[in-house]
Amino acid sequence: MEMIQGVQIDLISAERLDRLTAMEKIRLILDDVMEGNIVILEKGLAPDEQSKLIEITMREIAPDGFSGIEMETYPIRDAGNGFLAKLLGGKRSETRLTVIGPANQLKTLKKEKDLISAWVSSSR
Amino acid sequence: MTFLVRTKRKISGLLKALFKKRTCRIGIYGPPNAGKTTLANRIVRDWVGDAVGPVSEVPHETRRVRRKEDITITGQNGSSITIDIVDTPGVTTKIDYNEFIEFGIEKEEAVKRAREATEGVAEAMHWLREDIDGVIYMLDSTLDPFQQVNIMLVGIIESRKLPVLIVANKNDLPDASPARIKSAFPQHPVIAISGLEGNNVEELYEQMTSYFG
Repeated sequence: MEMIQGVQIDLISAERLDRLTAMEKIRLILDDVMEGNIVILEKGLAPDEQSKLIEITMREIAPDGFSGIEMETYPIRDAGNGFLAKLLGGKRSETRLTVIGPANQLKTLKKEKDLISAWVSSSR
Repeated sequence: MTFLVRTKRKISGLLKALFKKRTCRIGIYGPPNAGKTTLANRIVRDWVGDAVGPVSEVPHETRRVRRKEDITITGQNGSSITIDIVDTPGVTTKIDYNEFIEFGIEKEEAVKRAREATEGVAEAMHWLREDIDGVIYMLDSTLDPFQQVNIMLVGIIESRKLPVLIVANKNDLPDASPARIKSAFPQHPVIAISGLEGNNVEELYEQMTSYFG
């Protein structure tokens, strides 16, 4: 089969993410992105995981090689203060759909409250 | 001195050392070129008469976290706080040495700066997770506040339950829009200042004494 020119996009389900530890998630994302792929997470990363992702991304940056990531997501949504939320241990917040790609291939064109528009280049 | 008195003094000294509250560390965070070091320098100059570090229009001028200890700030209402100011490198998810070359820096130096900048960002994130008690989040009010790095960092700060004051900097520039920043972060106090010109810094000091005190 002849391969068409383009960019690989990996969509990772919330179920799969839930099974992974913080470091496993970060490694999965970064290894994928460093190969030039775009990763879409059904459920985004927790704030602490985002903080570690930034830190580990910085360690992987190399001159004329990987120059970091571009990442877009919606702000974390509060699950509210309802009866169920209280029963489950106070306020729980919900992470949202997230797209992550190599900084030199993924560019955000427009970001609104409810729409993120991005552009992907196949050349590195 | 009797043995009893000596023991009593020793115990009270030990208790004091144990419960002495260390100075509150306020981190100045934000994306590169928001004016973090300019503000840190102003705060330190206004209250101690010293400086924190050099500033430049080239991004990532600050590549190491710098702490200035025991700065006492007094608001107009007379209340004061003593804090450590922690100036941090601008946080980003990407760094390319070519960015420095565009500012006329030689390749070898640009590569070195890029490496230092990556270390600086990692260091800033580490401080935020371990050693910061409150945050001044700096934004350039001529730019779009909805950039991902801002949404992410403010989310990280909120998840750590740290008090955060948002500073809409560069309000001396014609296209500054502090209103846009207020609409992006309605859950936090936003103060519009010019760190360079000193516009409205009194209000920031006032807010700092009540918010971090």
